[in-house]
Amino acid sequence: MKKPIQSGKVWVLLNKGGRLIEDIDTDQIYHNAFLHITDLSQMGQYTLGNLEGWRDFSKKARSGDILVAGRNFGAGSSRQQAVDCFLSLQVGMIIAPSFGAIYFRNAVNSGFPILKCPDLKELITEEKLETGDEIRVNLYSGKGFNISKSISFSLEPMSKVQKEIFNAGGLFNYGKMLDRG
Amino acid sequence: MAKTIIEKIIQNHTKDEVSQGKIVWMDLDVMSARDFGGPNVVKNLEKEYGDAPLADSKKTFFTFDLCVPPCSMKYADNQQFCREYARKHGIKVFDIDRGIGSHVLIEEGLALAKKTVVGTDSHMNILGAVGCFGQGMGDVDIAFAFKTGKTWFEVPETIKVLLKGNFTWPTSPKDLTLYILKKMGTRKAALKAIEFYGESVSSLSLSGRITLCSMVTEMAGIIGFIPEYGDSLSSEVEELIKESYSPYLADKDAVYREVVEIDVGSLPPQVAAPFKPTNVYDVSRLRGVKIDTGFIGCCTNGRKEDFKAAACVLEGKKIKDGITLKIVPATRKVYAELLEEGILETLFKGGAIISNPGCGGCAEGHIGLTGTGEVQISTGNRNFAGKQGKGKTYIASPEVVIASCISGEITNPEDL
Repeated sequence: MKKPIQSGKVWVLLNKGGRLIEDIDTDQIYHNAFLHITDLSQMGQYTLGNLEGWRDFSKKARSGDILVAGRNFGAGSSRQQAVDCFLSLQVGMIIAPSFGAIYFRNAVNSGFPILKCPDLKELITEEKLETGDEIRVNLYSGKGFNISKSISFSLEPMSKVQKEIFNAGGLFNYGKMLDRG
Repeated sequence: MAKTIIEKIIQNHTKDEVSQGKIVWMDLDVMSARDFGGPNVVKNLEKEYGDAPLADSKKTFFTFDLCVPPCSMKYADNQQFCREYARKHGIKVFDIDRGIGSHVLIEEGLALAKKTVVGTDSHMNILGAVGCFGQGMGDVDIAFAFKTGKTWFEVPETIKVLLKGNFTWPTSPKDLTLYILKKMGTRKAALKAIEFYGESVSSLSLSGRITLCSMVTEMAGIIGFIPEYGDSLSSEVEELIKESYSPYLADKDAVYREVVEIDVGSLPPQVAAPFKPTNVYDVSRLRGVKIDTGFIGCCTNGRKEDFKAAACVLEGKKIKDGITLKIVPATRKVYAELLEEGILETLFKGGAIISNPGCGGCAEGHIGLTGTGEVQISTGNRNFAGKQGKGKTYIASPEVVIASCISGEITNPEDL
């Protein structure tokens, strides 16, 4: 069994006005000019490369960091690279109030932790969660804890299928597991 | 249990009992991948399954439509990589000459009513226009589908959208679509299916249905269906696919998440301003915005009727000196129709650039980009910052795009 705990330093995707950026499209996460790339290790450098104010994310992000974004994150195209680029940078997980449907599936299928946090906007406006904070999230229970500020918060826990695919280490392994019964 | 349309299609493809919110394993009738995503699908397949046979290579397709013909070695190599895999496994390739994959699948009678189709294209849900389940997916999902013929799927809730009133020229199906998008935003339909009802949609032709269903993606929805149709639509579809058209209808007692009423009577043409497709205004609000270039095409507005509507406005006029207009038919079949009916000639003589079919205009690599400061008016479906270059893109109907190219600024065709 994989450990369902993620902890790391948070990056909150705010605009210049200090507000959570909503509806971030996959072309802003990973631009279509780089869709010819099939090698995971090369994808990281283009992460958020077309998102105003965040073009240098790939240089700032460290292994295990946690990305926090506004609602409908990953709207738009079906490109897996928009998830793979975060895997490439070894980002630990992504949290947003909601996600583009295809984006969410793509993350689940990669076994990449991605959780919805319906109250995120309030957490950000009330400064209960800020860039640089260390947080810990239990993926199965949905319990979140901001270690830096000693504040608890809650997320939607992983669904059954999400948990199973995460545990198997991705959709391919999960499918092979099902085949073996 | 009474069912909505999407519930009926899924139920017919799974052993599980379908209910809203439940995740089921469903069987797929068609699996496809494009030149974007396709090479990653092949890499995943080779890494995970080696040379093992696919679920059903006769139901598996490649559709090259994004960088066609390839403009760089990277895309040329990627396409050839997929072709070689296809030859080895007996997979049919709709190659760089054929046009937009989702449209080709409709024309080929592969995406039929009641069927389930997936591909690496987020606008694969345009197949809702023919009563077919279509869904865009990433390369992990699609590789898994190629190998197993199955996918997991959460049965979505459905929203019923009741449209009141009807529209007349110069308002077009695209304006109806943009107005609905404005009203729905990206929240209301998020992760849900939509069924559209009302006189304004039941009378739509296939091309108008494709326009509306394609932009359910921009509403953050799963798929849209237009259940009501008349004889002219069924004969149009039957002529195209050489099979009788009998899509599912929703049960009377089907459960809907919400019923949304939108009045589309006396609707003027609509334009979405940069940088969000939901940023929609009446054309009069944006009148006078200077443009540099126009684009007509894309999976949203790339059928014969779309170009015919533009040609009607252009007839006897010319695109303004200093303005360029790019024309990209959705498929080779559409291109042929435009040739036969003299529509390409009208557009060409009016000053347009005529491109080969494909997804040009949405992806870098085909029919060009906008430069910094350049203003484009397009029949596409997305205008996010940086998507089609560094310029600004406005989204409109073919009629408004051509009228704007004639006058050099955003224009209601009525005012020409």
